Amino acid sequence: MREQRSIFDGIDWVMVGLFLILVFMGWINIYAAVFNEEHQSILDSTQRYGKQLFFIVFAIFVGLVIMLIDGKFFSTFALPIYGLTMLLLVVVLFTARDVAGARSWIDIGAFKLQPSEFAKYATSLALASYLSTINIRMDELKTKLVATLILVIPAGLILLQNDTGSMLVFGAFALVMYREGLSGNFLLFGLAMAVLFIFALLFTPLTMLIILGSIGLVVFLFQRRKTWKLGLSIGAVLMVLMGFVYSVDYIFNEVLEPHQQVRINVLLGKEDDPKGAGYNVNQSKIAIGSGGFTGKGFLKGTQTKYDFVPEQTTDFIFCTVGEEWGFLGTFVVITLFAALILRILFIAERQRSAFTRIYGYCVASIFLFHFMINIGMTIGLMPVIGIPLPFFSYGGSSLLGFTILLFTFIKLDGYRLQQLR
Amino acid sequence: MSFQSKHTDRMYVVMGIVLLISLTFLGRLFYVQVIDKSYQLSADNNVLRYETEFPARGRIYDRDGRLLVYNEAAYDLMIIPRQATSIDTTELCRILNISKEDFIRKMDKAKAYSWRKPTIFEKQISTITYAELQEKLYRFSGFFVQKRTLRKYPEPVAAHLLGYVGEASQTKLDEDPYYKRGDYVGISGLEKSYETELRGQKGVKVIMVDVFNRPKGSYKEGKYDTVAVAGKTLHASIDAELQAYGELLMQNKTGGIVALEPSTGEILALVSAPSFDPNLLVGRVRSDNYRMLQADTLKPLFNRALMSEQNPPGSTFKLINALIGQQVGVLNENTTYRCPRGYVSGSFRMGCHDHRSPLNLRESIQHSCNAYYGNVFRNIIDHTGKPWEGFAIWRKHVVSFGLGTKFNTDLPIEYAGIVPTNEFYDKHYGKNHWKSLTIISMAIGQGELGTTPLQLANMTAAIANRGYYYPPHLVTAIDDEPIKNRFTEKQFTTIDPKYFEPVIDGMAMVFEQGGTGYRSRHDSIVMCGKTGTAQNPHGEDHSIFICFAPKDDPKIALAVFVENGGGGSKYAAPIASLMVEKYLTDTVARPNLEKPILEANLIDPSKNVAP
Repeated sequence: MREQRSIFDGIDWVMVGLFLILVFMGWINIYAAVFNEEHQSILDSTQRYGKQLFFIVFAIFVGLVIMLIDGKFFSTFALPIYGLTMLLLVVVLFTARDVAGARSWIDIGAFKLQPSEFAKYATSLALASYLSTINIRMDELKTKLVATLILVIPAGLILLQNDTGSMLVFGAFALVMYREGLSGNFLLFGLAMAVLFIFALLFTPLTMLIILGSIGLVVFLFQRRKTWKLGLSIGAVLMVLMGFVYSVDYIFNEVLEPHQQVRINVLLGKEDDPKGAGYNVNQSKIAIGSGGFTGKGFLKGTQTKYDFVPEQTTDFIFCTVGEEWGFLGTFVVITLFAALILRILFIAERQRSAFTRIYGYCVASIFLFHFMINIGMTIGLMPVIGIPLPFFSYGGSSLLGFTILLFTFIKLDGYRLQQLR
Repeated sequence: MSFQSKHTDRMYVVMGIVLLISLTFLGRLFYVQVIDKSYQLSADNNVLRYETEFPARGRIYDRDGRLLVYNEAAYDLMIIPRQATSIDTTELCRILNISKEDFIRKMDKAKAYSWRKPTIFEKQISTITYAELQEKLYRFSGFFVQKRTLRKYPEPVAAHLLGYVGEASQTKLDEDPYYKRGDYVGISGLEKSYETELRGQKGVKVIMVDVFNRPKGSYKEGKYDTVAVAGKTLHASIDAELQAYGELLMQNKTGGIVALEPSTGEILALVSAPSFDPNLLVGRVRSDNYRMLQADTLKPLFNRALMSEQNPPGSTFKLINALIGQQVGVLNENTTYRCPRGYVSGSFRMGCHDHRSPLNLRESIQHSCNAYYGNVFRNIIDHTGKPWEGFAIWRKHVVSFGLGTKFNTDLPIEYAGIVPTNEFYDKHYGKNHWKSLTIISMAIGQGELGTTPLQLANMTAAIANRGYYYPPHLVTAIDDEPIKNRFTEKQFTTIDPKYFEPVIDGMAMVFEQGGTGYRSRHDSIVMCGKTGTAQNPHGEDHSIFICFAPKDDPKIALAVFVENGGGGSKYAAPIASLMVEKYLTDTVARPNLEKPILEANLIDPSKNVAP
């Protein structure tokens, strides 16, 4: 191997470029969301946009540091990093203060750190490390169980922190396992369950019985050989499904908190409550919808500037894009995110190292999940689950977490090319 | 160490999912942002508050520039129920001094009207309450204060003709979109007929508010704001002093006075008794006072000067018959008739009082001889040989004085009075089955005739002008721009000017020795008048007097109508004479004539001191 000339050798500038554009756009929109006449300077460090600029600079610095780290480091230290992070999650449980019902923050001097943001990174490394081990086959039960365990530990700990949104992100890793050979039936099954779940919430168990029963009957009638065995298995499936329906009903009514029930009902259109639980989504849709085709113009958004949209710098930052930049703005942002995720997938596929490929899929899946839930939530397609929009939402921990995720992948990709020389 | 990965094709599934999600989002965003326009509206509703700027309502001055109506600032507490969440009700109730129940009731009422639109929560709060509220208003989201103006009347006169303003009724709201709930609108009098001029033009200020309803500045640099345009000033023809004096003379009586300037048709005074202080119908006390006035058996809200149309003109109508008689050629100034204490025709007898006989035209007016006009009237009706033809001609002349029709003055309500038609008698007696004797009571202004005081005053003005009049009206100029409309167009009677002289001479003689108005004469003003007594089947006759002065250059013509005042000379003549004196000399120097009128009480006869 020849002496490396520069740490930037072999870097994929497309991903770096997309990263910089997204971070910059996020910063501009945070500025617009909190803009007021008193603090006009975008560099004002007492304001969120000032702080975000600091976070951005720091994140880029961390990105550079990652570039300096040896490419082998990540695969080698994947499991220790995972272990340490899990420890941190446990520590959080005992030390964190309550912030809006969640116990997920650690105070470090003047800053607060949210370990769950880094748990995604650690889990990605651990999963990539495990699945890339030679002779590990996805179709073996043991592999499935171990892989699931790697996910369930952080997910469980985060759930204990009462941070449901961040916990759900770990579901995104299913996509990674699918790529590595997990049967597509698992994904379809998950999807079917989700659909059944929604239907179970929408309709009474009796209606569900009629619907499912009819489907079962149609399936039975269209089979060429109508045997007793077939009838019995359809009946058994029916009973399992109805059991699921009843448990959804039970969980919804007995386990979920009233505000969670209302949120789900509002999303499903069963409840119309524009002033209550539906307020956020309603105002968010109004903000985005009122942007029109070209938007109201930079700093001209009334919905966001006058505080009609809650959490507008964090979870609902996309509203500012929609309101001030219109469909053109949202089109650009969606395209940029899609481009970034597709680029990650594309580059992941060109890796020779299974570790890097799997890690790349982890990064892409996490971004995709955040992208889907966050934007879907602002336009009323997804329930209100408080997770940030990568690179856009205000917050040091999430920005740092996403930056580390991405730059580690860029580094790993660059390292591949360096190996070739 | 590298190996070809299995399941590479699954990359396309994952990429497909990414694209599917992205395209779903784009589709949804395109719908929400570009196709569905309702969100724009919602955003505007969120953030835009339309603040109405109410213009000052126009002021009203009298003919000498005295202020009759002006405005005083008042404050309405408004509410937008949708925005009124989590406020300190106890504190607000304390400031407004209302009970919790009141609060809930008002809130429910506002909500019932609209969640989004501002409604009046508390009307016309006091300046002190306003001061306290203004400081703390930011704590009561959804509430704001709307400045308004209230009418004020420096002189407590002319309530009937000025009218009053009140909140626009549902009917008004439905028929005219200019008005919004809680807006004020002229309801009667000049306030109603000149509503468009007086109200001005409301302005709108579009301001942006944040989620806490705090103003954040004007919307698009005021591009959509409109400036309120103040209402126009009305210059009324009324003479406030004369009006006040008329109301004073009519105290404790019911009836009306209408005084006109013959050369213009301008109304100098328009008194309807009993009257009331126009300030009673302003502000928070309005509805209570209105109910009180409405319940009053003397009907103070009823404008007798314009609406009392059932009463016959009595002997004042003889002037008209005298004029028509000359015009149709059955009478001249030298025609004399004997009066055997009444008019006799066969077995018919219409009584008269004691006076010398025979009388010529002038004297017939001076003495108000019934027999004379029995003859004149029958000759008019019968002069073609066919009573119905004669009657039609007679009627045409009568109507040319403005009797039996509306003038459409600039006051909202006015009655036409009654001058019967051929059809009326045909219906009553059969087609042409009636003759002059059948309807002879109209010879002396009784019977089917009905006239309002306004019509009698105008009839007097037409006589004073020797054959023409201008339709009576109240407003002479709007914002210093003199009116030029149908009120400034001369209306001619069908009587030749030359026939007026003997009649006017007779009217002057009314004030001379032996005349029916002798007691009400004035030493230096040459007045022309005529007494009248309207027969009243329900009680004491009504006292009527019409009058103009000076004889050769008439400055004022008026009609006085005193209900249950008996003969015309008793109450109406002195009142008319005093009014003329007041107007022409600015003082009243006849205490002997004035005092008994002021003391007279026709409403409560037990307190009456007959003059």
